[in-house]
Amino acid sequence: MNINIRKIQGFVSQNAIYIVLAVLVIGIAIYNPNFIGINTFRDILVQSSTRVIIALGVAFILITGGTDLSAGRMVGLTAVISASMLQVEDYPRRFFPDLQHLPLLVPILIAIVVGLIFGMINGIIVSKLKVPPFIATLGTMVAIYGINSLYFDTDPNQSQPIGGLRDDFTRIGSGSIGSGDFKIPFIVLIAIAVSIIVWVLFNKTRLGKNMYAIGGNEQAARVSGINVTKYLIIIYSIAGALYGLAGVLEAARTGGATNNYGNMYELDAIAACVVGGVSTTGGIGTVPGVMAGVLIFTVINYGLTFIGVGPYWQLIIKGAIIVAAVAFDMRKYASKK
Amino acid sequence: MSEQQYALEMIGISKEFPGVKALDGVTLQVRPGTVHALMGENGAGKSTLMKCLFGIYKQDDGEIKINGEKVEINNSSDALRHRVSMIHQELHPVPFRNVMENIWLGRFPMMGWGPIKFVNHKKMYKDTEDLFKQLDIDLSPDTLVGKLSVSKIQSIEIAKAVSFNSQIIVMDEPTSSLTGVEVEHLFRIINDLKKRGVSIIYISHKMEEILRISDDVTIMRDGKKIGTWPASELTTDLIISKMVGRDLTQRFPDRFNVPNGVILKVEGLTSPEPKSFKDVSFELRKGEILGIGGLVGAQRTELVEALFGLRAISSGSVSINGKEVRITSPEDAKKHGLALLTEERRTTGIFPVLSVHENGAIANMKRYVTPYFLLNEKRKKEEVNKMVEKLRTKTPTPKTLIMNLSGGNQQKVLLARWLLTDPDILLLDEPTRGIDVGAKYEIYTLIADLAKQGKSIIMISSEMPELLGMSDRVMVMSEGRLTGILDGAQATEEEVMRLAAQH
Repeated sequence: MNINIRKIQGFVSQNAIYIVLAVLVIGIAIYNPNFIGINTFRDILVQSSTRVIIALGVAFILITGGTDLSAGRMVGLTAVISASMLQVEDYPRRFFPDLQHLPLLVPILIAIVVGLIFGMINGIIVSKLKVPPFIATLGTMVAIYGINSLYFDTDPNQSQPIGGLRDDFTRIGSGSIGSGDFKIPFIVLIAIAVSIIVWVLFNKTRLGKNMYAIGGNEQAARVSGINVTKYLIIIYSIAGALYGLAGVLEAARTGGATNNYGNMYELDAIAACVVGGVSTTGGIGTVPGVMAGVLIFTVINYGLTFIGVGPYWQLIIKGAIIVAAVAFDMRKYASKK
Repeated sequence: MSEQQYALEMIGISKEFPGVKALDGVTLQVRPGTVHALMGENGAGKSTLMKCLFGIYKQDDGEIKINGEKVEINNSSDALRHRVSMIHQELHPVPFRNVMENIWLGRFPMMGWGPIKFVNHKKMYKDTEDLFKQLDIDLSPDTLVGKLSVSKIQSIEIAKAVSFNSQIIVMDEPTSSLTGVEVEHLFRIINDLKKRGVSIIYISHKMEEILRISDDVTIMRDGKKIGTWPASELTTDLIISKMVGRDLTQRFPDRFNVPNGVILKVEGLTSPEPKSFKDVSFELRKGEILGIGGLVGAQRTELVEALFGLRAISSGSVSINGKEVRITSPEDAKKHGLALLTEERRTTGIFPVLSVHENGAIANMKRYVTPYFLLNEKRKKEEVNKMVEKLRTKTPTPKTLIMNLSGGNQQKVLLARWLLTDPDILLLDEPTRGIDVGAKYEIYTLIADLAKQGKSIIMISSEMPELLGMSDRVMVMSEGRLTGILDGAQATEEEVMRLAAQH
């Protein structure tokens, strides 16, 4: 009997995040059964898509024992860059009035590469200049916003919201495949594909193993012959590329961009990661955990609105969940001593 | 005898954790003004017993008496109130604050008017000075603690315990990082404390020390008390056999390695740092165990870390198999067939939150990368688990987190990590530090086997019997210089000590 209780306790503490998610969904559904429906789930998944991609980028860095405050501003920068090159030709206020019709992939790749380069800069500052990640990315966060605003303010745009995006571009954000009720949005498919790729990177490659090792004990990693500097730069670069992709998707989804896009997204991403079991001291974290973390926040957002809980109350509940999740996690490790 | 007053009595202490009986009716009686050694292998229950004394754990059964009176200790401030304190093996001072603030932390002398109070630095300085004078500690109260040696920090901790007017002081492996001279100083302080009627519970693995310093010895095994004896009735072999529960006929395994041919040649190796190693030249033969002896500060660790590419070299050369090599990173070192088992297992060895399997595989990941960048998980599992098993590592499963293993088993996983890279030269820095007697013997056997297979081994050791018992040749360093190379079979402790203290 005793053993059974212990088994249940173990199961609960190992799977707490998924149980919380299920309880939330069930609770909201009991309150308002209309919540259960294909449309609701699709909306939740669509809203979670870019967040998952950003959160996975942040997870890379948290697992190495670092942190990334610049994620949100990178999303903003790459949203503006991609949008600026993908406006329809007869739009009256084009960012580049004389720009020719570019193949869709070109601006998208440019945005992703810009994200990658800024990620790499973060990585170099952290690993070569030995600036603590919190400070390094605080600096780049501020600077990237400046760069974005300068770009956004150039003639003839002069800080006007970028609109009039091409259909082939916005379709990435709003289109779907399938027919009738069974339509899967492209953006959800992209997020799932990215999650699978990141899962493979985490679990099946040398990069992933070294990432967990660096976060678990950086000195031991160095002694084991891991080129810590090189791997940190690669990891920050990958994270940057993911923010770049997320920025592109944000622009496509909303059909526009301004320099304020992505503001504070990094905090949502960090919150989703820690709620999903990523340790802020490094070495611990899984892709399904991060996905569940993101979903929890979207469900709170969407579900509580659905049953009429006001936005201010939602913030209080979100805050409480962040603290409770980490407190629960700490207890798990403290009891091991 | 029946009415003898003990300073501390822990009677019939039992403590059970899920699945393990950590303590089974253990009784410990400490006489006033004596040194009472507490011995046992890792996992015997010594630290659990001490944790019950300090209220970190609550015993399931049994009682604690101080000076014959039953007491209830629930936390460390209760313990201090009952005048019980502990000097931990790993000291955690506040590094950016000075000596006196570390001592009086939490109870600074205050001055002021009514509710407005300030820290009285002058009184604190004076009190600290007085305390140091009593204990013959030569240290200025306003030195930054971060700059001090382990030994100095330890004397601060002892001073702190004395300042609490402690009657019982527990010392956990107090000499594990002290030099010979510093050990003598510690023993002087201990003798002084004894004279003031303070009782000391002394936890250590070092037999020679125990026999020298203690009055009584209590030995534990598997959570049970084996017995208490006057130290004068014990010998090293007796203690070991009681601890291990079987007779140890020898402390070191027979070695059948045959050294031949030079594999590593080091000439005039000098560090760019002024106080580090200077002009060190030696040769290591294939299949040889070369011990490096010396005191703390002899720069032995720095030397092997430089060989492994972790530290810079300003001049001198290193040749492997007759070819000069330049090793500037651990990656280079691995390529040249070197492996390094570091001294600080916890800070530079293990990845605490990763599994035994991942800890074993990490230095050898390259080997398992397939053409598509993915890892050959199956091959990795097979090879790592086989090596971990071959070293007879005790772990519930390969997926267990390494932090849940004992020190000896962690060390075996680290050894497995490096053996998987198939090194020719193993640099072992204090390979048995903090490991219990039974596991030590197993590590010795592994080292002897490796040498027999033709692996060349450089072993730094601060334990004299280990150094002399395991090495084919003993190289002694003093203050960064090589002072002599002795034949292992003929070298004596005196000779090694003389060379170690030369500079």
